[in-house]
Amino acid sequence: MEPKNTDLSTTNNHGDFDIEFINVTKHYGDVVALNDTNLKIPRGSFHSLLGPSGCGKTTSLRLIAGFEQPTSGDVRHRGVSMVGIPAYKRPVNMVFQHYAPFPHLNVEENISYGPRQRSPKPPKQELKKLVGEMLELVRLPGFQNRRIWQLSGGQLQRIVLARALINRPAVLLLDEPLAALDRKLRREMQMELQSLQREVGITFVLVTHDQEEALSMSDTISIMRDGGIVQTGTPSELYDTPVDRYVADFVGESNFFSGIVSAADSAQATIQTKTEISLTAPYPEGGKHLTIGQRGAIAVRPEMVLIWPLTHEQPKDIDFSVKGRITNRIYLGHQAEFRVVTDSLGEILARIPKTAEAVTRDLAPGDEILLGWQWNFGLAMPDA
Amino acid sequence: MAKKSSSYVTTLLLAPMAIWMTALLILPILVVLVYSFGELAEMGGYKPAFTLAQYANLPARLTAFKNTLVLAPAGTLAAFLIAYPLAYYLARTVEPRRRMILLTLVIVPFWTSFLIRTYAWMFILGGRGIPALLEFIGIEGVRLLNTPTAVLIGIVYGYLPLMVFPIFVSLEKVDESLLEASNDLGASPVRTFLQVTLPLSLPGVATACMIVFILLMGEFLIPALLGGGKVFFIGNALVDLFLQSRNWPFGSAVAITLVVVMLVIVSLYMRMIFKPGKTQDVSMI
Repeated sequence: MEPKNTDLSTTNNHGDFDIEFINVTKHYGDVVALNDTNLKIPRGSFHSLLGPSGCGKTTSLRLIAGFEQPTSGDVRHRGVSMVGIPAYKRPVNMVFQHYAPFPHLNVEENISYGPRQRSPKPPKQELKKLVGEMLELVRLPGFQNRRIWQLSGGQLQRIVLARALINRPAVLLLDEPLAALDRKLRREMQMELQSLQREVGITFVLVTHDQEEALSMSDTISIMRDGGIVQTGTPSELYDTPVDRYVADFVGESNFFSGIVSAADSAQATIQTKTEISLTAPYPEGGKHLTIGQRGAIAVRPEMVLIWPLTHEQPKDIDFSVKGRITNRIYLGHQAEFRVVTDSLGEILARIPKTAEAVTRDLAPGDEILLGWQWNFGLAMPDA
Repeated sequence: MAKKSSSYVTTLLLAPMAIWMTALLILPILVVLVYSFGELAEMGGYKPAFTLAQYANLPARLTAFKNTLVLAPAGTLAAFLIAYPLAYYLARTVEPRRRMILLTLVIVPFWTSFLIRTYAWMFILGGRGIPALLEFIGIEGVRLLNTPTAVLIGIVYGYLPLMVFPIFVSLEKVDESLLEASNDLGASPVRTFLQVTLPLSLPGVATACMIVFILLMGEFLIPALLGGGKVFFIGNALVDLFLQSRNWPFGSAVAITLVVVMLVIVSLYMRMIFKPGKTQDVSMI
């Protein structure tokens, strides 16, 4: 999926950003929940805040919603500061983690809650029509008179989505909205949310700890850690060029080989492991450069690793190989996953696509094999 | 099989309650019902008969009925108006550590006999209490004891904890994120209170008001002590009829009438408050 509005040359105007964090810091007593954070979310995009619990992602969302005010810094909407504006006056709406439907109201009354707060109140007929349209949008037509306790988790999810979207907010905030759903329903809702976002054209900001969810739904993702943003980019940018080991580890899986940097220039670095093996790899785009003597790591994605039997010839393009023994083989349908233990580099994960199965088909746990990768498919980064 | 044994267990579990209720509630009420159609024996007490004369004589106790039917609802309302803000403060504003202390303080009065506490009010409201204090600052001629106001004060004092707890519980159950959701959807704090907090606390309010109202309808001690002979409830009339004048048939008729009035009011009230599909949903969640 192409990001809709990440071309920075057209977004010089601050009004083009639905949400902007400028040096935002938030303290709760002695706890720093968010530290000097900068963030720009372009209008109409699907942006995710991804990180483990306690990284500041929910705090960020609550700052946008207006439930919290920043300790310092500025939160802006289309260039205008929102600091001090209470939640009920902000052009944003939120889908809560546990949905928070009003239990004393039926579905129709829940959905029309937002419009009913405006003054003057919209006429009854118009409200009815609007609610009907919203239920149509979330694919629950005819649910007007259901009571909240009659709904399943997935249905509740859609109702609170409709309750938020009926207000035509500039930004829709989603706080781990799919965490409570089972895997299949979650997958379904992910696709639905994505198509819904394209349909209504509203900026979505999603908070999640599920990297798969963030990768599959978002135009752009901010990876967060310890109250700050580590890296912001499109899913493929984050996957292909993680700026450090934390991002590489969080987005997808990687094999990491750490050691001391023994040679480095402006394009690549060589790392010497404890077992005296030298590995060389280029830096990721935008990644930090390494200097000789510091600790560094080489990250290699499992799908970049090839394995072949001892009797087999080394595949071309592979300029490095090491001997190992297969400990586990998992069949994943479209690919096979091998766990290999090597003397010099520890355990290594390799994923071989079905299309390249010819050499690996007969390999089983216990077999001795050779393993390697093309040097420039690795990434050199600080060992954080 | 399983069904049969479970119904056997149900019977066994409910039997003590059923026996208790039959022996100590239903049978006595039937006795009172029978007495209410009887005649007064010459030495006082009950003489078997079937007459409606006792019921025809009810207007003689009209004042007691009037006092009860005015002061019981008024006391319930006054207690509610004072209890709700207190319960709200305890449930939503105060920090958890102080909450326990304050909740305990609400119960502390129960550690002393209700009789003694009401006696204390006799002195507080009597000639050397508040009226004397008011006289000291120049307000003269205030009489509190033996007035409806004194009874009302006693009622609010005595029944406040009973009113606070059910409301506190229902307010505490209101999920914080519902208030945030309401805020997020454009409702100001005042509107959020009126549209979310208040409706969701209604089951607690309804329960509290009903308990207090029912108890007040049968109240005897507070009007006896703080109302003197002047403000008396049906409860006082009953004590008088059964123990002093030993007019059991008339007393029975008054008692039966009280039960009927209460049943009518409470069932109307229940129908009004627990509308199907309104409060019901709330208590189900």
